[in-house]
Amino acid sequence: MLVQLPGGWNPLLGRLALDQIPYDNPILAPLFVAVVIGTLVMLGLITYYRKWGYLWKEWLTTVDHKKLGVMYIIIGLVMLFRGFIDGLMIRTQQVWANGPHSSGVFGAVHGYLTPFHFGQVYSAHGLIMILLAATPLLVGFMNIIVPIQIGARDMAYPYLNALGLWITAAAAVLIMISLFVGDFAHNGWFGYAPIFELQYSPGVGVDYWIWTLQLTALGTTLGGINLLVTIIKMRAPGMTWFRLPIFVWTSLSANIIALTSFPALQVALGLVAADRYFGSHFFTAGFGGNLMLYTNLFWLWGHPEVYFVILPAFGMMSEIFPTFSEKPLFGYVTMVAASFAIAGVSWMVWLHHFFTMGAGPQVNSFFSVATMLVGIPTGVKVFNWAFTMYRGRITYSAAMLWAIGALFMLLVGGMTGMMLAVPAINYMVHNSVFVIAHFHSMLLVIVYAIFGSVIFWFPKVFGFRLDEHWAKVMFWLFTAGSMLVFVPMYMLGFMGMTRRLDYVFNPAWHPYLAVMEAGIAVYCLSVLSFVMLLYVSIRDRVKNRAEADAWGSSRSLEWLTHSPVPFYNFAVTPHVNARDEVAWRREHGLDGRQPDRYVDIHMPSNTGMALYIGALTFVLGFALTWRIWWLSLLALVAIILLMVIRSFRGDDGYTITGAELERMEKDALRNRTRADGKYVTDGLGQLAGAAMAYSRNSPPMGGNSSSGSQSGI
Amino acid sequence: MSSHGNTVDPKKTVLWDAEYHGHDVISTRSLGFFLYLLSDGMIFATLFAAYGVLSYSHNYFGGPTPSQFVHPWYTFTQTVSLFLSVLAYGMGMAAMKNRNRGGLISGLLGALVLGVVFLCLDVHDMTDLARQGITIATSGGTSAFIILTQVHAAHIFFGLIWILVMVAQVSSKGFTTDTVGRLLSLRMFWHLQAIIWVFVYVFVYLWGYIS
Repeated sequence: MLVQLPGGWNPLLGRLALDQIPYDNPILAPLFVAVVIGTLVMLGLITYYRKWGYLWKEWLTTVDHKKLGVMYIIIGLVMLFRGFIDGLMIRTQQVWANGPHSSGVFGAVHGYLTPFHFGQVYSAHGLIMILLAATPLLVGFMNIIVPIQIGARDMAYPYLNALGLWITAAAAVLIMISLFVGDFAHNGWFGYAPIFELQYSPGVGVDYWIWTLQLTALGTTLGGINLLVTIIKMRAPGMTWFRLPIFVWTSLSANIIALTSFPALQVALGLVAADRYFGSHFFTAGFGGNLMLYTNLFWLWGHPEVYFVILPAFGMMSEIFPTFSEKPLFGYVTMVAASFAIAGVSWMVWLHHFFTMGAGPQVNSFFSVATMLVGIPTGVKVFNWAFTMYRGRITYSAAMLWAIGALFMLLVGGMTGMMLAVPAINYMVHNSVFVIAHFHSMLLVIVYAIFGSVIFWFPKVFGFRLDEHWAKVMFWLFTAGSMLVFVPMYMLGFMGMTRRLDYVFNPAWHPYLAVMEAGIAVYCLSVLSFVMLLYVSIRDRVKNRAEADAWGSSRSLEWLTHSPVPFYNFAVTPHVNARDEVAWRREHGLDGRQPDRYVDIHMPSNTGMALYIGALTFVLGFALTWRIWWLSLLALVAIILLMVIRSFRGDDGYTITGAELERMEKDALRNRTRADGKYVTDGLGQLAGAAMAYSRNSPPMGGNSSSGSQSGI
Repeated sequence: MSSHGNTVDPKKTVLWDAEYHGHDVISTRSLGFFLYLLSDGMIFATLFAAYGVLSYSHNYFGGPTPSQFVHPWYTFTQTVSLFLSVLAYGMGMAAMKNRNRGGLISGLLGALVLGVVFLCLDVHDMTDLARQGITIATSGGTSAFIILTQVHAAHIFFGLIWILVMVAQVSSKGFTTDTVGRLLSLRMFWHLQAIIWVFVYVFVYLWGYIS
């Protein structure tokens, strides 16, 4: 039943052999040494400062949605950096390998990357940026903010939430391992039939690609279910549907998309895996396979996925604009309707990714018109944001600058998207870098919204604001870099330069490529300024301590509780009286009011189970990639066993008594007065123990009996 | 808009709700599991789409087509065993409403045995086809046929493991929030697999036979 493999295979190690380690590669070998040294230093530091217990208790076994969200965001930022380095390598190769007289090193005829290596770099760049940078960053923000915005203590399923995080982490580790063990796919991030079939791609690269994508799809589906149920079931009393903050609405629409579209991806890749492992003929170029079936199935997920990442970004912008315009959001109801219109249309446009398939005028017209329809709700949103700012009391804080930058990028990306929606134009620029520039403009909307949100919500999570000066420096450097890289890219697209060239044949394009390389250099500076931003902000954290309402003009419910948010979010569930509850309380002189009595609350226990299962999914992915059958089976059986054990043990959670709660609340309020300047502690805890915590000394681990548990499944 | 009410008496406004007990555990879990089943349904929808695309005559590449190798009467026994399994499960759940633990466990065991019968019939069918040289690697059409039916069979297999776990949990713990919630979720799962089987039987076996 299994296919005959072209290379070696043995029962113990599968396809794994010493010659799969690229120790002779002049780029990867030094990188590997650096990674090993870096890891050893980090482990050494953790041991030296005796932080293993802290790490285990507070982070690795946590089910707290805020800490899980922070870890999602850390994964996202690390992978964003990795993806950026891939982008830097692509740009450098193209500016170097330009024209027949360009030099070549490291075994490449032109430039420094061989075509096979270059193919892996751009495939990894795309996959990482979409699924392991943008998606975890957005999921992280949804995780942190949505439960607080609706007045809940946690997500509906805290344990499932942790599971989603660790499966996503497993995917990130799997794609990073592919750097040093074996190779990665060279078929582009979305893959083409039949090049990913075994006879054309005999290595393990495509297998790494399949299992990385499968793991992220699984993690995102679990997270999506969790967020949907949280929003539907966990809203505080008085939080009616039309009082929900727009970020919650966009999270809802985005996760409906995730829930319905990720299965299509899982099937598409599952069928590729069947072709490669069992020798089936779904997408082969003979034996009755159908090449375009793959492309259709993939984009059936791929386009909804695009809106899955853009909608939360729209939600973030909708939170930032009103706060720094000191006005309610303009057109709330139309904003909700627009989000769901975009989500609905997302299912009807997938074919515009391959108009050149030649499906005929009727089909292309349908998808062209459907694509243009997206412009209407998106336009509604753009005008709503503009009217929110119109006659508002605007503060050009760093978060606001990022949001305005996102708006600008949306105009550029949206307009070029409308051009691409016309099949006649699309045929001309298909596969050119014009398309690349277009979707990078759209993805930059997300990046801008994310950095705006990092600045906007950072004080809520960590208790102090980020440094405004360096945040603005980073913004301008990032914007300059974006312009320098992507404006010439649009031009080159019109000149006919196609995407993914490992060798650029036309020397006339060199000036443009050089400008783009300069843009990459500016991007590097913006990365450095981000590091500087973190350093300066942490150094000055005492000076920048934030109150519950960190911006003084905040509107939604997350600004009602302390900064940093205690692990129970709200000591007493708030009763919601209005849309923009915090603004309403402020306007009526009710801000700063505390509950008069505290009752016992119930919280879920920490558990290591999610981490174990996440680690096993990594083992499963790795074993399947290398076709180590005994290990795959072992990992699968172990995962099922752990799930069964968890279901027998259950989770009773633990209770925090009203008295304990009152004491913690008083401490938090005292910290607030200190922030006024009377008395200030050093508070290294801001980033460590006390961050989002006022943590209990030892959160209890999973319970034993099963009766009446409240959380976890 | 609504955030600008004019007369607010701070003494009468309700700002906190200490008595709010939140959501009901079982309904929250059932909703989440129902959403999971939606995504499971999407998996089958996509597989059916792939099967539809790959069911033209050229997709069989000159090899055997379903009209030559499916046996609707044989497969009808699978249909009957799966439906009886769902019926047994339903009768078990009816017993649960009367707090009848023995009745529930016999219902689950009945569902288990009938599910095993379904799987045995499926495995026998597949090995029989393989003996005739009809495997996943024969042609695009047979790939789609085998993947669609065997993904469904895999769901049945994991459902059987789950039924076993529930038999053990109900025996040892009785009816708790956890076990009852899981029994309800498992019922939804088991029913959905039967519904999907209706589509598989109609579109793959019956339609395949007459095409």
